[in-house]
Amino acid sequence: MSVADVAIVGAGAVGCAMARRFALEGARVILLERGADLLSGASKGNSAILHTGFDAPPGSVELQCMQDGYAEYLEIRDSFNLPLLETGAMVVAWTEGERAALDGIEAQARKNGVSNVRRLSAGEIRSREPNLSTRALEAVLVPGEHVIDPWSPFLAYLLQAKNHDAEVFFNTEVLSGSFDGSSWALKTTSGEHRARTVINCAGLFGDRLDARLLGAASFQIKPRKGQFVVFDKAASKLFSSIILPVPSERTKGVVLTRTIFGNVLVGPTAEEQEDRERATVDTETLKSLAAKAAEIVPGLAGMDVTAVYAGLRPATEEKSYRIAVHEDRNWITVGGIRSTGLTASLGIARHVYKLYAKLGNEHQAVASPITPRVPNLAEHLARDWQAPGFGEIVCHCEMVTLREIERALSGALPAGDFGGLRRRTRCGMGRCQGFYCNAQLATLTAGCFGSPLAVGDAA
Amino acid sequence: MSGPFDVRSADVLIVGAGPAGLSAATRLRQLGVAKVIVVDREQQGGGIPRHCGHPPFGMREFGRVLTGPAYARKLVERAVHAGVDLQLGCSVVSIDCSDGDLVVACATNRGALTVTAKRIVIATGVRERPRSARLLGGDRPLGILNTGALQEYVYLERLAPFRRPLIVGTELVALSSLLTCRKIGARPVAMIEAGSHSTVRRASMALPRLLGVPVRYETEIVDIEGRRRVEAVTVRARDGRVDTIDCDGVLLTGCFRPEAALARTAGLEIDTGSGGPAIDQFARTSEPRIFAAGNVLHPVDTAGWSWREGRKVGEFVAQDLAGKLPDAKPAIKLTAGPGIRYVVPQRLVPGEGGFENLQLRADNDVSSGLVAYEGNALIRKQALSTGPERRILAPTSAFAGARGDVTISIDGEEKTSNRSGSECV
Repeated sequence: MSVADVAIVGAGAVGCAMARRFALEGARVILLERGADLLSGASKGNSAILHTGFDAPPGSVELQCMQDGYAEYLEIRDSFNLPLLETGAMVVAWTEGERAALDGIEAQARKNGVSNVRRLSAGEIRSREPNLSTRALEAVLVPGEHVIDPWSPFLAYLLQAKNHDAEVFFNTEVLSGSFDGSSWALKTTSGEHRARTVINCAGLFGDRLDARLLGAASFQIKPRKGQFVVFDKAASKLFSSIILPVPSERTKGVVLTRTIFGNVLVGPTAEEQEDRERATVDTETLKSLAAKAAEIVPGLAGMDVTAVYAGLRPATEEKSYRIAVHEDRNWITVGGIRSTGLTASLGIARHVYKLYAKLGNEHQAVASPITPRVPNLAEHLARDWQAPGFGEIVCHCEMVTLREIERALSGALPAGDFGGLRRRTRCGMGRCQGFYCNAQLATLTAGCFGSPLAVGDAA
Repeated sequence: MSGPFDVRSADVLIVGAGPAGLSAATRLRQLGVAKVIVVDREQQGGGIPRHCGHPPFGMREFGRVLTGPAYARKLVERAVHAGVDLQLGCSVVSIDCSDGDLVVACATNRGALTVTAKRIVIATGVRERPRSARLLGGDRPLGILNTGALQEYVYLERLAPFRRPLIVGTELVALSSLLTCRKIGARPVAMIEAGSHSTVRRASMALPRLLGVPVRYETEIVDIEGRRRVEAVTVRARDGRVDTIDCDGVLLTGCFRPEAALARTAGLEIDTGSGGPAIDQFARTSEPRIFAAGNVLHPVDTAGWSWREGRKVGEFVAQDLAGKLPDAKPAIKLTAGPGIRYVVPQRLVPGEGGFENLQLRADNDVSSGLVAYEGNALIRKQALSTGPERRILAPTSAFAGARGDVTISIDGEEKTSNRSGSECV
C-alpha cells in the first residue's frame, strides 16, 4: 500500500481547508471522514459569518488565523465563485451596563488591527436600521463583518484538493493506528490507510482520536449546543447589518443576521452537554429565540419560521484553539476550533502547514493551481434557474433546478447523503420544508445515498 | 435574467392550475374573454388532487365520483377544451403592478417568459405547516413529513417514506392519510391530538378504530429521536405522563397555511387571520386588478368548494373587464373578533353582486352563535354549532347596510373545551 504524505482526519471546515492547503503545497493528501459527506459534524451548523477578529483575544493564534483566513477568503472567493454579502455588524448595547462595555470592545478592535470600527449613537443606529428596536442605546459598528455561504467554500476547497490528487474517503472512521517511527498505519472502518503524518481535524471527536492513537489527549471536548431559528425571506427586508450583542465571558451571544440565502437567522444558544452526536432542538428554546429576535427587530413578531436547527461546537475546557505538534509521533492536533473556525479555517491551514514544514517536511508546491468554480447558492447573485435549460424547478421555495440536483449528485464530490444534497443546492430548505419536493427528491436520489429518503416501493 | 425568450399578452393571467385556477379560467373563456393564460410551476396541471389517490372528487363538477388524479385530468381537459392557454413548468417570480398592464415575469426551462395582463387571479393554494414552523423538538432525521408529501411519495413516485409512522393531528386530512398509508401497507403506530377530542366529527373517528390505529388525545410530541431515520417519538399527555413510542416516521397532518409567498412578493395586503391575501366581496385584493380564489384565501376547504369559488371569481373578473364592478373604494372592513380565526372577504364595497356568503372559521368549538357589531350596534346574530376547521357561512346581504367597520365574534358563551392544538404551534 502506498504511503501518503499526510492523512487528515475529518472533513469539516478545518479538514477541507487543510486538505486544500497541503495539496497546493504539493503534499500527497488523504482525507478520512467518518460521515457520508463533508461537513457532517460540527461544521454544518455554522452561522456563516466572516469575522474580522475584532473581538478575538489580542496576540492569539486564533486572531492570527482568523485574520489570515479572512484575507485569503476575500482574495480567492471570486475565482471559486464564492459569494460575499457585505453587511457590516453592529455590537449593540441594550442596557447601561452593556453600554459601559463598548469602550473596551472598540479599544480591543483597534488593538486587533480592525481600525475602521466606530461608535454609533442611538440616532445613527436608527437611521441605519430603522426597524431595529428603539431600545438600542449605542453601538460599535464593525464594517468588515460579512455574511458568506456556510457550506460552498468547503466544497470548493475540497474540490481543489482533489484536483491536486488528494484522495477523500467517506464513511471512514479511524479505529486505531500504529506508528513505526516514520509512518502511521491507520485502521479504519473502510480498511487500512498509511501516511507519514496525521493531522487530527476531528472536531467533536478530536480528543478521542488523540486518546485512541496517541494514548492520551491534552484537552477535553465539551460539546456546546447552539440552536437556531430561520425566518421567512420576507424578514430579510427588515434590516441589513449583522446585529451582535455585547458578548459575555462564555459566548458571543445570540446573533441576528441575514443569510446568504435571503432569510434571517437568529441564534445560537450556548448549552453545555455530554452527548457528541445528538443536537436536538426544543420547543421552549426555539420560542424564546424567536421572541428574542422580535425584541431586537419588532417586525419579526409573527413572522413565519422557515427552518430550525441545532449544531454542536467543539468547545474545550479552555477558550483558545488547541493546536499541538507531537514531533516524535508525526502528529498534529488541531482541536477546539469553535465558532470562529469558519473564518479561520484557511488561516489555520496555513498555520499548520508552517508547523509541518518546521518538522523538516518539504514538497514542491503546485505551480499553477486548478480552481474549480462552485455553483452559486446566494440569493443576491444569479441563480441557476435564471439560465435556460435547467429542466424543471424541483424545489419551488428555494428555486432549485433539476440541473442543479443532477450536478450535485454527480461529479468529483457527489452528495453522500440528503444533508449533503441540501447543503449543495438548498433543496428542501425553504418554507414548505419538502411538502412539494421531498417525494420527487426521493426518486431523483434513489440509489445515491446509504440512507435513502424512501424505505422502499409503495407496493 | 437574460432577455425574455417569449413575451405574451393576456386579458387574464391565472397563477395556479388547481381546481380554483382552472375553473376560473374555464369560466372566463365560456364568458367570451379572449386570452386566458394559466401558469403553474408544476409539470402537470390539476393541483393537489393530482396526488390524492382516493375518492370522492368531482360530484358537483362532473356528476360522478372520481379519484383525485382522474378529477385533476378532467379539470385540465375541460380548461384546454375551452381554449385556455395552459403553461406548465412555469414559475412566477415577480408581478409588477405599476400603471398600465400588469407585468408578470416567469422562469421556464426555455428561458424567461414575460406576460402582460389586464387582470391576474392568484390561485396558489395551501400547504400543511411543516415541522420547523411547529417548533417541534428533537432530532431532525429522515421520515418526518406532511400528508402532501406522503401522497406524492405514494401516488406520484410509487415509493414509501416509512412503514410505521406516528400520525399527528385529527383533521380530515389525517383520516385521508390513514387510507394512503394502507395503500403502501404502512401501519401507523398511533394518532395523537393535542385537543381533548378530534377536529373531525366524532363519527369519523370510526376509521382509525376500524384500522386498529390507537388514538391519544391531549397528547403532544416532546422529542423525536433518530440518527438517520426516525427511531422513536416521546409524547407527553396533559396529565404529565410521558412515554416513548417506537416508529420510523412522523406524519404531520393539517394546520394548513395559504401558499401566499407570491401574494406577499407582489405587495398585496395579507390577512393575519387567514394568512392569505385580503379581498373584497368580488375577490379583489388590495391591488384591485389582482383577484384571488381558492384555498389561498381560506385554509382549508375541499377541491369542490375551491372549484365553485374559482368559477364565481371567473365571473367577477369578466364583469370587471366589462367595467361592471363597483369601485374598489370606499370599503368597510370586516374584522375577526374573539373566537373567530378569520373572515373572508375582509372588505365590503357598496354595490350588488359578489360572493353570496362570508366564509369564517372559529378558533374553538362553538355552541352559541355568531355576533356582528358595527361599532357598538349589534347588526347580526346567527345561531351556530360548529368546531374549528369547519366552514362557517354568513350571508353577505346581512352586512349590506353597514356604513362602518364590522367586527364578527363568537357570542360570549363559546364552549372552552381544552383544545390547544388548533393553533398548531
